[in-house]
Amino acid sequence: MVLVLALGDLHIPHRAPDLPAKFKSMLVPGKIQHVVCTGNLCIKEVHDYLKTVCPDLHITRGEYDEETRYPETKILTIGQFKLGICHGHQVIPWGDLDSLAMLQRQLDVDILVTGHTHQFTAYKHEAGVVINPGSATGAYSGITYDVNPSFVLMDIDGLRVVVYVYELIDGEVKVDKIDFKKTTAPTNSTL
Amino acid sequence: MHAVTEDEEKWLAAGITGLQQNAFYMHRALDSNNLKDALKYSAQMLSELRTSRLSPQKYYELYMRAFDELRKLEMFFREETKRGCSVVELYELVQHAGNILPRLYLLCTVGSVYIKSKEAPAKDILKDLVEMSRGIQHPLRGLFLRSYLSQVSRDKLPDLGSEYEGDADTVSDAVEFVLQNFTEMNKLWVRMQHQGPAREKEKREKERSELRDLVGKNLHVLSQIEGVDLDMYRETVLPRILEQVVNCKDEIAQGYLMDCIIQVFPDEYHLQTLETLLGAFPQLQPSVDIKMVLSRLMERLSNYAASSADVLPEFFQVEAFAKLSSAISKVIEAQDDMPVFGVVTLYSSLLTFTLQVHPDRLDYVDQILGACVKKLSGKGKLEDNKSRKQIVALLSAPLEKYNDIDTALKLSNYPNVMEYLDDGTKKEMASVIIQSIMKNKSLISTSEKVEALFELIKGLIKDLEENLLELDEEDFHEEQNSVARLIQMLHNDDPEEMLKIITTVKKHILTGGAKRLPFTVPPLIFNSLKLIRRLQNQEETVADEDASATPRKIFQLLNQIIEALSSVPKPELALRLYLQCAEAADDCDLEPVAYEFFTQAYLLYEEEISDSKSQVTAMHLIIGTLQRMHVFGVENRDTLTHKATGYSAKLLKKPDQCRAVYACSHLFWVDDQDSIKDGERVLLCLKRALRIANAVQQMANATRGSSGSVLLFIEILNKYLYFFEKGVTQITVASVQSLIELITNEMQGENSTSDPTADAFFASTLRFIQFQKDKGGAVGERYEAIKL
Repeated sequence: MVLVLALGDLHIPHRAPDLPAKFKSMLVPGKIQHVVCTGNLCIKEVHDYLKTVCPDLHITRGEYDEETRYPETKILTIGQFKLGICHGHQVIPWGDLDSLAMLQRQLDVDILVTGHTHQFTAYKHEAGVVINPGSATGAYSGITYDVNPSFVLMDIDGLRVVVYVYELIDGEVKVDKIDFKKTTAPTNSTL
Repeated sequence: MHAVTEDEEKWLAAGITGLQQNAFYMHRALDSNNLKDALKYSAQMLSELRTSRLSPQKYYELYMRAFDELRKLEMFFREETKRGCSVVELYELVQHAGNILPRLYLLCTVGSVYIKSKEAPAKDILKDLVEMSRGIQHPLRGLFLRSYLSQVSRDKLPDLGSEYEGDADTVSDAVEFVLQNFTEMNKLWVRMQHQGPAREKEKREKERSELRDLVGKNLHVLSQIEGVDLDMYRETVLPRILEQVVNCKDEIAQGYLMDCIIQVFPDEYHLQTLETLLGAFPQLQPSVDIKMVLSRLMERLSNYAASSADVLPEFFQVEAFAKLSSAISKVIEAQDDMPVFGVVTLYSSLLTFTLQVHPDRLDYVDQILGACVKKLSGKGKLEDNKSRKQIVALLSAPLEKYNDIDTALKLSNYPNVMEYLDDGTKKEMASVIIQSIMKNKSLISTSEKVEALFELIKGLIKDLEENLLELDEEDFHEEQNSVARLIQMLHNDDPEEMLKIITTVKKHILTGGAKRLPFTVPPLIFNSLKLIRRLQNQEETVADEDASATPRKIFQLLNQIIEALSSVPKPELALRLYLQCAEAADDCDLEPVAYEFFTQAYLLYEEEISDSKSQVTAMHLIIGTLQRMHVFGVENRDTLTHKATGYSAKLLKKPDQCRAVYACSHLFWVDDQDSIKDGERVLLCLKRALRIANAVQQMANATRGSSGSVLLFIEILNKYLYFFEKGVTQITVASVQSLIELITNEMQGENSTSDPTADAFFASTLRFIQFQKDKGGAVGERYEAIKL
């Protein structure tokens, strides 16, 4: 069992002063094995904070990140899963699932984590899951109205991944759960 | 110096040897009940204490040995009286000792037994002893003798409820005895200062300070006397102590004893005798560290006030604040040359006291700050570190107490005090203020408050005069990011007030200069966009013509704010912000405004953004935003999309061109907009992308002799499939089919370079087609025609 924290679009300090205190108290060091962040942190302080949550930190570049060395996309393998990360402003139309699915095919990953829309989504389709953890600070977005702060925790266990979504609604943390099972079909099926 | 110490060791050793020898004989005499010999040897033993050659520390060592022996002697005396020896006789007998010092030690020892026997009233014996001790006028010897007297008598005072309690005035008798001993000891102690050569002053003062607790012990004894109630303390004890303290005119004694009084007597007594106590301060020697003592008094009283709400009425009743406040002014006035540090320390303590006792009296707090300003004025900026730290403490105290910046903003003298800080400390203080706001999550809700706040933190907002010290870049970032965070805390639900806040912040941050704008502009822009979004929902209902808080007006402000970034210059950031505004204007249905923002963004793209990587990202953002716009009429939209496709085709790297061009296809086919369904132009974009992909292939052939990657073709294939699935009629089965063939041929071609990424991408694309075919329904039917 491996816990992966996925979050992004914090936009600190442009659009939010800090992560919600309730989230911070949940994200204690030592519990999480990997952190994937889609980008728009936007400053080093946030990067340093995420490092304290878990040193295994993977970040892609959002359009407001001061750090310009983050890659546009990143692929990592966790257990039996291939995970792709991308901020998402490169995928037009923004937040469009068919277009994200194309990126997923391109990266050839089971799970694609993107951001940019500040709208939490978890979408299962033929070849895997597309997850958008939303904005961890509930930052203003031109795309989504009334953004609630949210992040995602993925519990990867064998061929199964349970996606927990934590959303802060009116000061209370609500948790939702989505189950996903990887089909064992060989990747090079002849067509 | 070294020799002296060595000599002293020798003298001490000799003294101890002499003492032990005589003690030995004394013990032998005690064992054989030989009183006469016992007295003789004990007197000889005590003679060792007559030495003048030892320093206080060494003398103390010797004294302690004698003290232990005297305890045994006292026990013997007590046994003797039980065996029938008269204590009165004993008291007479020890007075035959030849030397006065041993005689007095023995007398005190027997005196102790005498009191215990209750054969005479304690007060008489004590009086006798304390009078006779006058016989020793040598300071060191006298102090130790009296210390011994104090030690043996402390449990035998005729206190109320004590077994030695006497007649009606018994407490007075006890107090009188201790006071007298105290007075005499203090005189001896002070006299030490004036003995010996002037060059040894420093050494003497050190020695004196080693002895101070002997004197102070008396005050402790006084505080322990049960019978000393508030009245007696007020009428007798305090006045008598203060009289001695003031009259001795000795700096060391005064400083120490005032502090002693404050520490040993109960808080309640201090509060009730505040006037008397404070009255003594101006009478002390100018060199006494009054601020330290007064601060400690205020600190004690603050803690007392904090201990329970029940005691607060006492404070009000005695008007503690007024008394302390006037005492401080008097002291500061009297000590004209008191350093700034002292002044600030005093006010700082008074402020702590006030916050504790009168949390509701902001006027008191402001008054203190005002007094502080008055004292600081004309002194220029503070130069010494200690004073600066003290001012920071002074200014931090109200923030910590009220947990609310609002309160500090009401203090008119608060910014005036800050004026006396140097730039560095001003900034430090500004950070303290911001941290306090962030910690307490206090919203600053009016433009007046914002104005006041920005005045306080102006050290972070703009360059101050003396900016010689260039700040470390990381520190500067941290500092400016804290300002950015602060901007998030400026909020009012009322749009009119919020607009005023935004205008105020704008005014201030635009003075910040090129270095700060990239930090301060974005939070202000997003704060404003949040306001616009609130208004956008209301506008239809509230058609208030006079309202100044309209999206249109706010957009004008935003335009000006973003424009300021051009001075930095920061074109990438400005472009992003223009596009954010365009999107917001779109939501507000303000076509000309949205068009203007797009124009600004395009101008920046054309004129300022030259780095090819930045251009690629900028194109993603331009196309992405434009794709979402609803507000544009055909003409404006055409202009903007035409430009966007043009820019895309002119990116430096061919693959970037290709990707941007196929992304542009989305500008002509938007799901939720019926007016934007132009299949022809979608196809044109994709074909153009294909041409570029071909060119990439040819270039690869020319430069590297291999056909290069088919990745771009697969990407374009995916786009074909995207629009094919959407039902764009111009995307035909045949065109999809031929693209698949093209890719397959390329991949199998002899010149092809193997590319696992492309292979996987193609495989997953084909899997996707198969999946869609298998889906059935309308989608399945559509895909059915594609042959794999």
